[in-house]
Amino acid sequence: MNVLDRFSDTELAAAVLKDISGLANRMSSRTVRLMEVCGTHTFAIMRSGIPGLLPSNIRLVSGPGCPVCVTPPGLIDLAAEISLREDTTLVTFGDMMRVPGTRRSLESAKAKGANVHVVYSPADLIPLAQNAPDKRIVFFAVGFETTTPSISWTLIRAGESGLKNLFIIPANKLIPPALDLLASDKNTNVHGFICPGHVSVIIGSAAYRPIANKYAIPCAVAGFEPLDVLLAIRMLLLQLVEERAEVEIEYSRVVTERGNERACEIIDEVFEPADSVWRGLGIMPRSGLKLRPKYQHMDALLSHHSCENPALDLIGSGNSSEAQTGTFSDDSMPSGCACGEVLKGIKIPTECAMFGTRCTPDNPIGPCIISSEGTCAAYYKYGPNPYGKP
Amino acid sequence: MANLEHESILLAHGGGGSLTRLLIEGTFVKTFSNRILNELGDSAVIESPGRQLAFTTDSYVVKPLFFKGGDIGKLAVCGTVNDLAMAGARPLYISLSLIIEEGFLVKRLHAIMDSIKVAASEANVIVVTGDTKVVERGAADELFINTSGIGALSDGISLGAKQVRVGDTILLNGSLAEHGISVLSQRGEYGFEANIASDVAPLAGMVQSILAVAPNIHFMRDLTRGGLAAALNELAVSAGIAIEVDEQSIPIRKEVLAACNMLGLDPLHVANEGKCIVVCAEDCDEKVLEAMRRHEYGKDAVRIGRIIEHKKSIVIGRTPIGGKRIIDMPSGRLLPRIC
Repeated sequence: MNVLDRFSDTELAAAVLKDISGLANRMSSRTVRLMEVCGTHTFAIMRSGIPGLLPSNIRLVSGPGCPVCVTPPGLIDLAAEISLREDTTLVTFGDMMRVPGTRRSLESAKAKGANVHVVYSPADLIPLAQNAPDKRIVFFAVGFETTTPSISWTLIRAGESGLKNLFIIPANKLIPPALDLLASDKNTNVHGFICPGHVSVIIGSAAYRPIANKYAIPCAVAGFEPLDVLLAIRMLLLQLVEERAEVEIEYSRVVTERGNERACEIIDEVFEPADSVWRGLGIMPRSGLKLRPKYQHMDALLSHHSCENPALDLIGSGNSSEAQTGTFSDDSMPSGCACGEVLKGIKIPTECAMFGTRCTPDNPIGPCIISSEGTCAAYYKYGPNPYGKP
Repeated sequence: MANLEHESILLAHGGGGSLTRLLIEGTFVKTFSNRILNELGDSAVIESPGRQLAFTTDSYVVKPLFFKGGDIGKLAVCGTVNDLAMAGARPLYISLSLIIEEGFLVKRLHAIMDSIKVAASEANVIVVTGDTKVVERGAADELFINTSGIGALSDGISLGAKQVRVGDTILLNGSLAEHGISVLSQRGEYGFEANIASDVAPLAGMVQSILAVAPNIHFMRDLTRGGLAAALNELAVSAGIAIEVDEQSIPIRKEVLAACNMLGLDPLHVANEGKCIVVCAEDCDEKVLEAMRRHEYGKDAVRIGRIIEHKKSIVIGRTPIGGKRIIDMPSGRLLPRIC
């Protein structure tokens, strides 16, 4: 039997669910709201039908851990504008293709003739740039700490090999500042965090300790198989019952307290923290990354500054040196779109009037319905609970 | 087949002159020679094969043209033959139309024609008519193929969504997602390699074995683009029923699942070219399953679910941990995701 098969084993799951039920009974007078921060967890949870298996006083709410969803629409417009330049190939992760900006998505720009190329790994940028020396290769660098090391590594390599035509639109973000904001926001009313597994492989579980301490909120770092999530829920409930607020690691097969120090060094070599706009959440201090001076010549937004493009005029405006380039006011949500509240766990997708009616994956209005890690997409795909509570 | 002196296809090969003639006679007639085709008339004149005919058409634009387990030629035969088979028909004749990009290598064309010959022979169909167009470089991507097919239905065979009843069993003839992952891995776009062969195969033989033991099965559908999820959702909507599937029962090979997980693709959404679902009454499912398993392309056949009563036309998956979830209709192009 494959090791991972054990993490969706029917009998083991039943045993953990029984424990969860016992712990929930001991808190039967209250509703416990646990937030899975990461979009991949939201998908794992919905895909395996976990909400329907939990006691009625245990609710899972989804957080902002979908890098595509929190990228400001103005920045998507900008990437689309850049992709329409003849001398440029805009390179992106597949997730980004269909997410709407305010004017268009990368997919619609491609249909208009833009050069948009999908990669699976940032390492593919180097041969792309080498093989097209007369083209500007611009990578839309979105993602959390999971993807940032490979982007950093690529930029270091590009610098070493003297590549002059590789640029990025820096839109990488950091998870701990977002957790801090959510924990401090009374409206979110979260009693425990299921912390992202793959981000934690890089930054280590210790990164959440300040949040657990400051807000007395239990944290559990979880893997992505169904039993990983159930075990993390059990950890959090036990902490709540015992009135502890610690950071525990369920995903111990890959996550340590200290994380991957080499990966963190690589990030630190290329990037430094900067204020960053999160779609729906607003600007958060030191929640994003900007290129350090040594790498600033690879910032596509700085190097495209001179081109005749009204969208680019926004780059400079209101931009302090503390902020990511491309930080400008347009982080608006389309009218009526509840993605902002969904990203904070205040609303669930079915509470949005447009969910599944005006806003569907085929006709996305907000980002959460179309991203492969978006909360609305998970609800739409897998259903909040096809049969209702058992 | 060294009769073509040119190494690559020229616009003149499609021009209707002597080079066209050379291509038709030297390659197509020589490869697919049969009494009907050899007439080279404007139309193929065929015997009426039965009272009820099945007629289908499909175009093939796969990239790369050659992949592990097959090529565009084999695909163009199997795809059309399988569409006939799913109607319960015995495939008899196919047409073969080619749109070739100028400069396409003749030896690759020959390899593809040879592959069509092998696949057609296995599927027991003959190529009776065809067409060739050559377009300027850049106006097509190497080679596009269209095939149409005609098949004969035996008396008493009536398959369709309307025959499907609550309580029916759903059977699947083998493991999923192999064609899609094979082709994706060989495009080399995502720097991802996997030694996975496409499942492309003609299913008409297996279907005839099923119909021989159970002519009263209710429905069949091959699982091409959109995968199992699309086929089940289409059935649910057109039959006005709901479907419950036991996810654990669906066979997916380990390396295919690993590739899907890595790329963030749902194997239930990924294309197949040699897989189908068979829906039949519960009291004959064992008989059908045995017939499937006796055949090379059904040896891993399993029960995967059943038709249930529900107020909505949806597909519900029972997850391994005992949960339930919607199995959705795929939306848009499948794209690998970030993490």
